[in-house]
Amino acid sequence: MSAIRTEALTKHFSVGFWRRRPYVALDALTLDVPDGEVFGFLGPNGAGKTTTLKLLMQLIHPTSGRAEILGRPAGDVGVRRRVGYLPEHPYFYDYLTAEELLEYFAALFGYAGAERRRRASSLLDEVGIGAERRFQLRKFSKGMIQRVGIAQALVNEPDLVVFDEPMSGLDPVGRREIREMILRLRDRGCTVFFSSHVLSDAEALCNRVAILAGGRLVTSGSLADMLAFQLRGWELVVTGLTTEALEHARGLGRITKATLLGGDRYALELPLSTPPDRILADLTAHGAQLGSLNPVRETLEDFFMRQVAAVKR
Amino acid sequence: MRALVIVAVNVFREAVRDRVLYILVAFAVLLISVSFLLGQLTAGQDVKIIKDLGLAAIATFGLLIAVFIGIGLVWKEVERKSIYSLLSKPIRRYEFILGKYAGLALTLFVNVAVMTLAFYAVLAFLNTRFPAPMRAAWPAPATDPGMLLAIALIFVELLLVTAIALFFSTFSGPFLSAALTLGLWVIGSFNADLRNFEAVLQSPAAGWIARGLYYVLPNFAAFDVKAQVVHALPVPPAYVLTTAVYGVVYIALLLTASVLVFDRRDFK
Ligand SMILES: Nc1ncnc2c1ncn2[C@@H]1O[C@H](COP(=O)(O)OP(=O)(O)OP(=O)(O)O)[C@@H](O)[C@H]1O
Ligand SMILES: [Mg+2]
Repeated sequence: MSAIRTEALTKHFSVGFWRRRPYVALDALTLDVPDGEVFGFLGPNGAGKTTTLKLLMQLIHPTSGRAEILGRPAGDVGVRRRVGYLPEHPYFYDYLTAEELLEYFAALFGYAGAERRRRASSLLDEVGIGAERRFQLRKFSKGMIQRVGIAQALVNEPDLVVFDEPMSGLDPVGRREIREMILRLRDRGCTVFFSSHVLSDAEALCNRVAILAGGRLVTSGSLADMLAFQLRGWELVVTGLTTEALEHARGLGRITKATLLGGDRYALELPLSTPPDRILADLTAHGAQLGSLNPVRETLEDFFMRQVAAVKR
Repeated sequence: MRALVIVAVNVFREAVRDRVLYILVAFAVLLISVSFLLGQLTAGQDVKIIKDLGLAAIATFGLLIAVFIGIGLVWKEVERKSIYSLLSKPIRRYEFILGKYAGLALTLFVNVAVMTLAFYAVLAFLNTRFPAPMRAAWPAPATDPGMLLAIALIFVELLLVTAIALFFSTFSGPFLSAALTLGLWVIGSFNADLRNFEAVLQSPAAGWIARGLYYVLPNFAAFDVKAQVVHALPVPPAYVLTTAVYGVVYIALLLTASVLVFDRRDFK
């Protein structure tokens, strides 16, 4: 089953003061987020990520297209019992304490008093809010608010969480804690759908990603598939390489870059055009010895840059 | 329904934590007390002036609370985006709107009750200060329970003002909402003049417009029976009932409109 499914989901905003004209923030997004996975929703600023997430939570209405959450139309109140949402740059009632806020939201799910308090306190423990939980939220720092935001999204033990930039405003320790929490959620069977432009987070967490740019879906699929065959070249470490042999191989375009590591150890970058074993055979014939040979794969960042650049063109 | 009550209680809690409210109520109580001094100056000739001032204070401060909390009820949540996480919980948009309204209605009820208690306390104290013959000359006893009728209608009026403020705040900012709400209140309080206008106007079309406005705009003047109760003139129960029903129907229409507008809104 799909946790989230959208079909040609489109959102136009009207812009302009005198002459209103439509601005396409999201253009026919068709997306399928499988159950039980961590799904990264990536894209540069203004790509339409937040717009999509708000459409899923029915905070804005689609111009056309459909969205389904856990098999029900988005906006179905019943399905919200099973969903948690962290808005972008969250803000909460500043006259409430963190505890009161979580109890307030827990009450909306129908939990009784003692259960509300238990949930509030265990979630605040989990996101690392200590004695400050008795402060009014107006006294909270940005990162602390973000943590409270994550806690409030989990108050109903959801089957699906939708996080809009969960790592935003967090310190390195906080980021790691939230990463671990996301993996715990996944292990519990909860689907995690999060938007981000921090690619290392996506790389560390996701089974699947979708890349959005300019309101359009650029690509989506399993992260492993996307990156597996994106071989960029090889890195070869050799010792005992003579300068003549190096220059010769360079002249043939078989070495794109050579870095002296110390002594007579070189790190060589080999292009994809020639099989690396042939180059290696050539070099060893000239007296070099193999240190190591490793494939150089594209990182998510390279992949992302390339995909986004293709859209811009 | 549960969500509605939870939202309402939170509105009340916010109001209780807001210092502005205390300042307003303290000011109203102070004014009622000052009216007591004025009563002393007129040497108890008439308790009317105190009643006049007290009822006016309740109406005016109630109005201020209704308008200035009312315009922020929805607008503040949208502007500060606290509504994003709230509406992603199992709550329908109409429950949110009606909960907000109910919360302010509860806040107003408590405030009007506090001001009424202060008002009657002052009057009761006054009663002990004047000899019986002087009291006999008053048209009505100091702590005349008939004034509760006027206060009840003031309360219905405040509920109507709140509904107007809430309606405007579902689609406009606080300044515009405040201006529109207060504007309607002023026009609605002098509504009767619109009707008389008709007689003065030459063109029949302008007459129709004036009459149309008279029926469409809220008739706040109808809720004002302060002068009658102060002078101990009878206020027919049928009149009170009709006026209250008029208020409730008007409120229901406004809340329906608010829900319809709010349901279609995009939060961005
Ligand atoms: N209320 C609005 N009115 C007009 N245009 C809007 C509105 N909200 C968003 N947009 C436009 O829609 C596009 C997508 O915005 P969105 O907030 O979804 O981007 P995003 O992918 O979340 O970006 P970021 O990474 O910066 O958060 C942007 O170009 C933005 O200018
Ligand atoms: Mg965004």
